[in-house]
Amino acid sequence: MSYARRTWIVLWKDLLSERRSKEALNALFFFALLLLFLFQFALGDERERLTAALPGLLWLGFILSGLVGLGRAFLAEREHDCWEGLLLAPGDKSAIYLGKVAGNLLLMLLVEAILLVLFAVFFNIDLAAHPLRLTVVIGLGTIGFAAVGTLFAAMTAHVRARELLFPVLLLPVQVPVLLGAVKATEAVLLGEPLGAVGHWLGLLAAADAIYLTTGVLTFDAILEA
Amino acid sequence: MTAHPLIQVIGLRKAFGGHVVLDDVSLEVRAGEAVALLGPNGAGKTTLLRILATLLRPSRGVARVAGYDCLRQAERVRAHMGLLAHGAWVYEDLTPFENLKFWATLGGLPHGRDALNGALAAVELDRVADERVRTLSLGMKRRLALARFVLARPPVLLLDEPFAGIDQRAGKWLDGHLGAFKAAGSAILMTTHSFGRGLGVADRIAILAAGRVAHDTPLGALTLDDVRRLYELHAEDGA
Repeated sequence: MSYARRTWIVLWKDLLSERRSKEALNALFFFALLLLFLFQFALGDERERLTAALPGLLWLGFILSGLVGLGRAFLAEREHDCWEGLLLAPGDKSAIYLGKVAGNLLLMLLVEAILLVLFAVFFNIDLAAHPLRLTVVIGLGTIGFAAVGTLFAAMTAHVRARELLFPVLLLPVQVPVLLGAVKATEAVLLGEPLGAVGHWLGLLAAADAIYLTTGVLTFDAILEA
Repeated sequence: MTAHPLIQVIGLRKAFGGHVVLDDVSLEVRAGEAVALLGPNGAGKTTLLRILATLLRPSRGVARVAGYDCLRQAERVRAHMGLLAHGAWVYEDLTPFENLKFWATLGGLPHGRDALNGALAAVELDRVADERVRTLSLGMKRRLALARFVLARPPVLLLDEPFAGIDQRAGKWLDGHLGAFKAAGSAILMTTHSFGRGLGVADRIAILAAGRVAHDTPLGALTLDDVRRLYELHAEDGA
């Protein structure tokens, strides 16, 4: 119970801070808008090209805005040395990690929902044809991204060149998630059932489990380092 | 004084690469005693506090807090120690009440509304309990940090420049509160540059110079001028 309460309080703190400041949300929203303008400009009205590129563009949007959001995940902890407080808090530090992952996940899902709506409006496409399937694929992809992204954000929080190092470390590790997510999204947008992309979903679920387990097992050492 | 030492440092050495910051430092602080750690910048005061707070590992020697080894029993040490370092551990977009609730819950301390309001009242922040921390002064943020100690009642307090950046009134207030912690049996080790304020609550001074304890003496009958002379003598020797 104490573990769950500690996870919850970290999530509560992050969501409350974000609700008050809206720093990450505002930055991510305008970043997403800018991306869509660029995509629109590059692809024009050609529907065939757009259909082929759409899954990749969607995930490019998710990943780029996610990078911006995750890069800020431990910014508040660096102010007023709150990092020290987390480190000196008694008990299993993985509760803090899971709270941070949950906060980042919710924020990313919110931004992704906004991006989906903007995609539908900008490119005049029907993304709501298979909402449940799309939700499963995006959810599985985002969990993996948030899990490993939170871990790497903690690792690079005190590094001088963290803005450079964070994406350089994170993106190669994200390859299985990106691959699975783009392929599964492509199939869902073409109207295929989830069963047809079971192997990609399996890859996503396995990556999520591995990333989350790694985070839970190593966060204490990362905090201490 | 017969009370057992709550802070014990024996032959402590800390080097960062080839740069030795602390060398053969030994020091004790007993229950109900406050020691002011004086020394010029770079003397190793903060490094010593960070080792005792388990934030740094010593290169050699022993550091114990409440009888627990800082290296091998870090979790135990953390449960018996309160640290007030340069940062006040506050989140700017939360209120004092919410900040205290966060740290109390995370630290397994009482976090009910009454307990939190009581702690905020004890540090005279009850009237701003629902205002965002970013609107508070530095002195108020320091008081909020002290509210954690009111909840936790740690037997050992480690304070790094607790009087830095706060005005006379807040300093006087802090003096009074540290005196209350001491009277309740806490051992206090604090670094300070402020002879006037910092020494008000101290029973002993220890002067660190060039990584060594150059002078460790009860404050007793020493006047501020005596302390200043001792400080200047050792600080110049160590420089």
